[in-house]
Amino acid sequence: MAKPASSINKSIHAVGQWIDDRSHISDFWKKHLSEYYAPKNFNLWYFFGSLSLLVLVNQIVTGIFLTMHYKPDAELAFASIEYIMRDVEWGWLIRYMHSTGASLFFVVVYLHMFRALMYGSYAKPRELVWILGVTIYLVLMAESFMGYVLPWGQMSYWGAQVIISLFGAVPWVGDGLVEWIRGDYMVADATLNRFFALHVVALPMVLLLLVVLHLAALHEVGSNNPDGVDIKAKKDAQGRPLDGIPFHPYYTVKDIFGAGFFLIIAAFIIFFLPEFGGYFLKPDNFIEADPLVTPDHIPPVWYFTPFYAILQAVPDKLMGVVLMGAAVMILYLVPWLDRSPAKSLRYRSWMSKLALAIFAVAFIRLGMLGLSQDSSTFELRLWTFLYFAFFILMPLWTSFERTKPVPERVTK
Amino acid sequence: MSYRHILIVLVLIAITGAAQAAGKGGDLDHADTNVHDRASLQRGATLFVNYCMGCHSAQYMRYQRLAEDLDLTEEQVEQFLVMGDREISDYMLTAMDATDAEAWFGVTPPDLSLTARSRGTDWIYSFLRGYYLTEDGWNNTVLENPAMPHVLWDLQGVQRPITETYTDDEGQTRTRVVSLELDEEGRMSPRDFDRAMLDLTAFMEYVAEPAVLKRERLGIWVLLFLGLLTFLAYLLYKEYWKDVK
Repeated sequence: MAKPASSINKSIHAVGQWIDDRSHISDFWKKHLSEYYAPKNFNLWYFFGSLSLLVLVNQIVTGIFLTMHYKPDAELAFASIEYIMRDVEWGWLIRYMHSTGASLFFVVVYLHMFRALMYGSYAKPRELVWILGVTIYLVLMAESFMGYVLPWGQMSYWGAQVIISLFGAVPWVGDGLVEWIRGDYMVADATLNRFFALHVVALPMVLLLLVVLHLAALHEVGSNNPDGVDIKAKKDAQGRPLDGIPFHPYYTVKDIFGAGFFLIIAAFIIFFLPEFGGYFLKPDNFIEADPLVTPDHIPPVWYFTPFYAILQAVPDKLMGVVLMGAAVMILYLVPWLDRSPAKSLRYRSWMSKLALAIFAVAFIRLGMLGLSQDSSTFELRLWTFLYFAFFILMPLWTSFERTKPVPERVTK
Repeated sequence: MSYRHILIVLVLIAITGAAQAAGKGGDLDHADTNVHDRASLQRGATLFVNYCMGCHSAQYMRYQRLAEDLDLTEEQVEQFLVMGDREISDYMLTAMDATDAEAWFGVTPPDLSLTARSRGTDWIYSFLRGYYLTEDGWNNTVLENPAMPHVLWDLQGVQRPITETYTDDEGQTRTRVVSLELDEEGRMSPRDFDRAMLDLTAFMEYVAEPAVLKRERLGIWVLLFLGLLTFLAYLLYKEYWKDVK
């Protein structure tokens, strides 16, 4: 038995060799996994990058199966979702995996971005990684907004109505622009149909391309770490970073463990709290879209509420829209607003720590205010002010604060 | 990875969970339904078919599904739940014509397939028990001036409102209903009526999401499997990382 088995092994190996001679796929494997040296001191915060990728794959796979049964037609869309929930085998599971995945996507992406802010992962030489990351976030917002319209419930419909009408604030061309986006004089079948096309074809392709570029840019310069130490500065005789370990197998096994932990939380929500108290699936969205009945309150989904609160803080519609846009776009400038010699918060003074803490509280508080119907204008403006102050004042405190000396090697 | 971080994440999850639990409630009575109680769902189904489906539909629900999920045979469903000339493979549609309904009530009675998800079970339970009679006719504590008359009055009896007068923000004197009292007894005792309404609410909760039965039963096993998988992944991770100094 041993002989044929070994000859089969030989044949498999030969086929592998034949492919590799023509594709150099093993070089790709080495460059990005088995010989990609990552700092050995990654902590909990470093799970969220690979988890984002996991959720992205989940969204694409479950999305494909939803597309097989969903009908992008204003007359049929709502009923087709209920058909998926009731008559399609395991349709309810696929749908909940997709709807829960959408919210969890933002959870992991927000934590991933916060990690970058904590440890200065945007700083030179990783500016391009950050820029691509912020762009992914922008596309993700468009993607999720259009996806939210597809179930064609009351919140889908009126949420689209509100968000699209924001483009009407653009001077001169506003009204025409709104009509062009909707493809009709109101949110209607044409809008649903084009959002479907963008949601399932155009934006996922853009998203995938950006993710590939984000990773390629990262692997070119190497990963940052909680100490903000450059691990490439100290190498052994073979040119391997002393504080680096190959991504595969070390971080692949660690990320599998992290993914398991994440899946337990995700499964708990999918199987026991799929509506998540109305935050992931809103009660009003179980009512079919009705252009004649405006709901009393049209809050966006939780992951957009911080920006919605910023919009509400400004009385003028155009200025509100500009400020809301600026709240996202200002992220692009972070690598140049930060003047600190130390990347990581660990070696910065209380000023940086306090500023980031205030920013985090402002973001969460704005998110809560954006959900509520009657938030106090004072509070809206206070937290909006603090949100922007974090970015605008960043060059000041990062220039003045006294940083601690950054060690040459990573700490445990 | 520090355990302090994990702890922070767990605490945050607990807070959001507590916040949403606290968010429910308000003026509504809590409907302590159990969708996994087959007998309760069966009683609820009977009430739904006899009292609600005269006017309302559950347009996304098939009769056949009731046999599968409620531990009934197809013959039992056909005998007790399918009315008139409907087939067991049909959707649960009312026999009432939509235009007639609009002429009689001013509105088409809404479809009830998803009411438990859009309004919530507490709302349904409180609404069903909240009818009272005044000189002007039937009213309801949850939904003011409903188009729907109290179709369950022969079961519940007639409730009368106990009101109080108060002065509103603008200094106007107004009256409001503080509680209801049973003026005329129905065929059921108040306790039995509440039980029956809980069954009906549970049935509507099930109708809004038939998958709930399978979902919650399966969920336990999925979590156990993932727990084991994660534990093994943890051991694998520890094994590999032994040599990382």
